[in-house]
Amino acid sequence: MKSIAAPPAAAKLLNNKNMAKVKGAVTVNVERCKGCNLCVVACPTDTLSLQPNEVNDRGYHYAFMANPDNCTGCCSCAWVCPDACIEVYRVKVD
Amino acid sequence: MKEEVRLMKGNEAIAHAAIRYGCDGYFGYPITPQSEVLETLEELMPWETTGMVVLQAESEVAAINMVYGGAASGKAVMTSSSSPGVSLKQEGISYIAASSLPALILNVMRGGPGLGTIQPSQADYFQATKGGGHGDYHLIVLAPSTVQEMVDFVGLGFDLAFKYRNPAMILADGIVGQMMEKVVLPEQRPRRTDEEIRKQCPWAANGREGGRKRNVITSLELESSRMEVINHELQARYREIEKNETRWEEIDVEGADYLIVAFGSIARICTKAKEMAAEKGIKVGIVRPITLWPFPTEAVERAAQGKKGILCVELNAGQMIEDVRLAVHDNIPVEHFGRLGGIIPSPEEVVNALEEKIIK
Amino acid sequence: MDIKDIIRPENKVYSKPELLDEVHMHYCPGCSHGVIHKLIAEVVAEMGLTDKTVGVSPVGCAVFAYNYIDVDWVEAAHGRAPAVATAISRLWPEDVVFTYQGDGDMSAIGTAESIHAANRGENIVMVFVNNAIYGMTGGQMAPTTLIGQKTATTPYGRRVDLNGHPLEITNLMAILDGTCYVTRQSVHTPANVRKTKAALKKAFENALAKKGTSVVEVVSTCNSGWKMSPEKANEWMAQNMFEKYPLGDLKNL
Repeated sequence: MKSIAAPPAAAKLLNNKNMAKVKGAVTVNVERCKGCNLCVVACPTDTLSLQPNEVNDRGYHYAFMANPDNCTGCCSCAWVCPDACIEVYRVKVD
Repeated sequence: MKEEVRLMKGNEAIAHAAIRYGCDGYFGYPITPQSEVLETLEELMPWETTGMVVLQAESEVAAINMVYGGAASGKAVMTSSSSPGVSLKQEGISYIAASSLPALILNVMRGGPGLGTIQPSQADYFQATKGGGHGDYHLIVLAPSTVQEMVDFVGLGFDLAFKYRNPAMILADGIVGQMMEKVVLPEQRPRRTDEEIRKQCPWAANGREGGRKRNVITSLELESSRMEVINHELQARYREIEKNETRWEEIDVEGADYLIVAFGSIARICTKAKEMAAEKGIKVGIVRPITLWPFPTEAVERAAQGKKGILCVELNAGQMIEDVRLAVHDNIPVEHFGRLGGIIPSPEEVVNALEEKIIK
Repeated sequence: MDIKDIIRPENKVYSKPELLDEVHMHYCPGCSHGVIHKLIAEVVAEMGLTDKTVGVSPVGCAVFAYNYIDVDWVEAAHGRAPAVATAISRLWPEDVVFTYQGDGDMSAIGTAESIHAANRGENIVMVFVNNAIYGMTGGQMAPTTLIGQKTATTPYGRRVDLNGHPLEITNLMAILDGTCYVTRQSVHTPANVRKTKAALKKAFENALAKKGTSVVEVVSTCNSGWKMSPEKANEWMAQNMFEKYPLGDLKNL
C-alpha cells in the first residue's frame, strides 16, 4: 500500500521547533465542511481534528485546528479537501 | 450567391437550402433514402464559403447530440435521417425540446416498422406529431409536398425554431426526397456573426463573454414544483404555436361534396384523383395540412361543414386520420385509404377508395 | 505568534477558487468529485479562460457540476457529452470545451461517442472520473469495476465468466491517432492532487493549441458505493485500483 499521508520523518522535521521557519494557520468554512476527515489524514503535523462533539447545521463534525501551534501552512489539507472549505495562511518567522 | 433556378432532387435541395439559409452546422449519418443530403454538403464544401460546419457522425445518436450541443451554443444546426435513424434520435430530440433549443431535423420517411424498406412511407406521423421521445413535448412539424417546399421549409423551419426556441422537423417522404423537380434556390442569407448570435441568444452556452452570468442548458429539475412550472411553460408555448403557426392548403373545398385530407407528396396524387373524380361528376375538395403539428384542426372542421364524407389518404395504416376524426368530432364519415410497404397508390386507386369507402 | 496575526489577507496562500460557487455541493463527504471540480475551477481561472470555457456535464453523480463551477455548461444525455462537446468546439473554435464523465458515461453507454470524438481528434478535454462503480444510481457495477469487487449488481463480486473484464478505456484512447495527451491521475494525496492539476492544465493548453483530444482519467473513490469511510476508500483505491489502473502518462505528444 502506498502511504497516503506524509511519512513520519517529514512530520518530525516539521514539528521540530528549532527548525521551524514558517508558521501557519487555517480557517475552515464550518458550514461547508462535511467532516470527511481527509484533511486530518493529509495533515503532516497533526494540526487538524474533527470536532468531537460540535456539529454544523448539517450535522457534520467539522474540522478544526486542534493543535494550532503545529501548523506550518503547508496546504496539504486544503489540496485534498473535496469541498474547498479550508483556507491557508502562512508567515515567515525569524 | 444569387437566387437560382435549378433541377434537382429533394435531398440535394435540402443541402443547398441549408447553406443558403445560413445554417451553421449539419451533423448526419448515412441512411437511405436521404444520404444525398450529407453527400451533397460534403461535395459543396460550405466550410470554405459560408463557414458552415459539416460532420459525418459515428451514429444518428451522436449526430442528434451534436445538434443538441450546437443548438445549446446558439448556432443554427440541423440533422437529417430516415425512419430507423430518426427512432435513434428520439432521446436527443426530447432533450432538445425539453431544453427549449432551436434545431431542425429532417426525416425522409421510409417504410417500417423495424428495418422495414427503403421505399417511401408516411408511417412516422405519430412519432413526429405525438412526441416520439419521452415526455410531454411537441416538435413543429412541416410536411413538404414539393422539392420547392423542401427548400422553403429549411428557412421556415429555422425561423420558427428560433422564434419559439423549439425544435422543428421537416417530415418528408422518400418520394419528395428522391424526386427531381425545378426549384428556386434562395439568395444567400448570411450566417449570423458570433456577436449577432450572442445578442439573439443571450441564453446560449458559448462562453461567458464579457463576464456575464453563466448560462446552463439542462433539462434536469429534481424539484417537482419547479419541474411542473417548466412543463406549464412548454405547454403555454405550444398553445402559442398552435395559435400562430398552423398552416394548411385548401383546394376547391367550396362547393365540394367530399373531402380528401392528405399531406406531403401523396396530396399531389390526390390532386390528380380529384380531377379524375370531377370527370365522373364527383365534387372533391382537398385539405393539405402543411404543419402536421400544430394540426389544422379548425381548418379541417370548417372544410368538413356540409360535406358527405372525408377520405384520409396516407402512406400508412391510418395515423393522421385520428386527428381528422377529432377535428370533425365524428359528425361525418371519415375513412382511411393507404398503401403500405413502400407502394405508392395511383390516382385511380384513390378515386376507387373514395367511391367504395365514402360514396358507396 | 498569535493566530490572529497569521490569519491576515496578506498571508493567505490557499483559498477556495473563485470559480467554485459558494453553494453546498451535493457530493457525499470525502467524494473525489469535489477535488476535481476544485482543480478545474482553479485551472480555468488561472489560464484566464473563464469567458471561453464551456463544460459538458454527464449523467451520473456529476450531473450537477453546472451548479458548482462558474462557467457555461450544457448537460448532456447519458454518454453523449463528447458528441455535444464536438459540436460546440467546432462551432465556437475560440472556446475551450471540456467534458466531465464518469465510468458509466465514458466506458459503457458513451463508449462510441467517447472513442469517436477522441479518434477525430476533437480539440477538447475529456475528464474521466473512474471510481469503478455507478454512484448516482446506488452502487451498481461499472465496466471498470474490478474482478471480485462487490457492487449492488455483483453482490458476490464481479466474475469474468458472468461480467467480463474491467475495461481500460483510457488505454484504448491512448492508441488513437486523435489523442495528444492521455494520462491517469488520482487526487488522494496532496502530491497527487498537484499532479492532477498539472495534468488538467496541460490538457486545457492542448485544447487551446488545437493539438487534439486530451484525456485526463482520475482514478477516484466512491466511498458510499464502496461502503467505506473516505480514508479507507483512499487506502482501498491505492491498494487495489492502481494495479489495474496504474497512474502516469499513457501518451504525451
